[in-house]
Amino acid sequence: MAVDAQAPARGFYEAKFRTCPETGLKVCAQAEALIKANAVVAVVFLAVGGFFGLLVALTRWPAVHLLPADWFYLLLTAHGADVLLFWIIFFEMAVLYFASAILLNCRLAAPKFAWLGFILMLVGAIVANVAVLQGESSVMFTSYVPMQAAPHFYLGLILFAVGALIGCFVFFGTLVIAKEEGTYQGSIPLVTFGAVTAAIIAVFTIASGAIILIPTFLWSVGYISHIDPLMYKVVWWAMGHSSQQINVSAQVAIWYAIAAMLLGAKPLSEKVSRMAFLMYILFLQLASAHHLLVEPGISSEWKIFNTSYALYLAVLGSMIHGMSIPGAMEAAQRKRGLTNGAFEWLRKAPWGNPAFSGTVFSIGIFGFLGGISGVVMGTEQLNLIMHNTLYVPGHFHATVVGGTTLAFMAITYLLVPLIFRKEIMLKKVAQWQPYVFGIGIAGISLFMMGAGTLGVSRRHWDIGFSDAAMSFDYPAMAFAMMTMNGIAGVLATVGGLMFVIVIVLSVFFGKPRTPEAIAATPTLGAGGEVVAQAGSETHPKLPGTIILVAVFLVAFVLYYYVNWKYLSEIWPLS
Amino acid sequence: MSEQSTGSADQQDERVPAMQRLLDNPFLLLFMGVATPAALYLIWGVMELSQVPLAQ
Repeated sequence: MAVDAQAPARGFYEAKFRTCPETGLKVCAQAEALIKANAVVAVVFLAVGGFFGLLVALTRWPAVHLLPADWFYLLLTAHGADVLLFWIIFFEMAVLYFASAILLNCRLAAPKFAWLGFILMLVGAIVANVAVLQGESSVMFTSYVPMQAAPHFYLGLILFAVGALIGCFVFFGTLVIAKEEGTYQGSIPLVTFGAVTAAIIAVFTIASGAIILIPTFLWSVGYISHIDPLMYKVVWWAMGHSSQQINVSAQVAIWYAIAAMLLGAKPLSEKVSRMAFLMYILFLQLASAHHLLVEPGISSEWKIFNTSYALYLAVLGSMIHGMSIPGAMEAAQRKRGLTNGAFEWLRKAPWGNPAFSGTVFSIGIFGFLGGISGVVMGTEQLNLIMHNTLYVPGHFHATVVGGTTLAFMAITYLLVPLIFRKEIMLKKVAQWQPYVFGIGIAGISLFMMGAGTLGVSRRHWDIGFSDAAMSFDYPAMAFAMMTMNGIAGVLATVGGLMFVIVIVLSVFFGKPRTPEAIAATPTLGAGGEVVAQAGSETHPKLPGTIILVAVFLVAFVLYYYVNWKYLSEIWPLS
Repeated sequence: MSEQSTGSADQQDERVPAMQRLLDNPFLLLFMGVATPAALYLIWGVMELSQVPLAQ
């Protein structure tokens, strides 16, 4: 690696930098190595967890019903841990180091601690996987007491969480270094602010995890005799659901980053976007209460205030981002001269670039499927229609997979040439990958939500109740939904496999990015350097975005009231 | 790098608004981001559960 500069002498270590030929940013070698390590391990867990997910989907497909019950619950536990925790949080560590050391042009704070955090996370993730695959810890992602897993299951999660916490503090330390050394002026870039939001939510999440997982570990080894199940649920969900809010913040930061890098898009109003992130920092974690809406012993005041994200303030934040990012794209495209009609800017967007198409799918699936269903599910009365049904995994497959995973996949297509400095291989496969994966995940989400609306319970091995003492018949449509869910699951797996193959081949066997290749196929679009800057767009008229936002709001209102109508039919009051 | 850096000397001397100072302080945000859900979700929730009478 070409070494262009040394860190200031007062630094704790001598940081080595290279200058990125595409962005002009100084790239700290330690940060770059950590981004690579975290991203590679993340993709490994995505591949493993995704494979387990396929087996689960094939078991839920009534005509296939692949696995016996014990293997179904075992692999459902492993699937949840691998893709909901390990893939996502390893990748988020890469995002934190990218958004701090790289975008702020500075050295990484305490790289040895960052490596210690990485090793703890890796060891923890492997230990938890071993515990699950040994068959003594099929307790699902939630591990509700009094179900008890093997002690090393909890220990693995604790080690993983400690490692992630170290990563968060390295991120905050890097912000301090950047400010002290004056590597940026004014405010940090919006993408970095989004990463700050993710890191803050991560600290709350991990602290809550420590509060509940350490006693649970001690209970599993016999030092504590009893853990109250309801107390466990309240505290556990402060970790379990908040961990998904880290994803939301990171994915929104990535949406801003990709819009900036590919189109030179700046937020419509940086101040408003930062306020939207502030709503996340303060209130996004509260939605953990979704999961406790039917629990006794907790007041409606607590339930309604918390599930509504403090009376919808964090939802307002999401809607601001949902308008600001397409608006920023439209403004940048119109500046480029794509001003015909309401949607020329969108038609002539770089749809062949998987980073762009992945981002658009991510925004669409997250907003229309995950966002709307989340608010409906978080309404205390409506929640009774779908509480603990397959509607819940349908919702979070839209948010965590359609939203977060697709956003992470999209930015990986930019990280490979910029950080790994390799050409993307199998370009046609890469171009199609977000479409295949996006359609598959949208299908999984819709069909699970459909089955859940018909009452199919989540985490159920056999919806036909073939060996149950008392039989129960779901509507035939529910079985059709589960069949279509299986087909969509296969499609999503193909899309996931396409991603893993393209990225593994590119990282390990791809051609190095030569100056000629960079000149021929630049990774960043015109104006892409705005990703490392603060500032707002000034374009006044955005008719395309106004139409898209209106469509979203109409869909939101219609679906909300359709569910009230449905509730009145299944729970008549007169 | 930022819009502020292109401003005149007068603008640079201008007092930074309180909300801007808040948003530029990651450690204050960290405190608020941990304390708010801790109070509204965790402490409030645990207090309610602690008032549930034990079964006899």
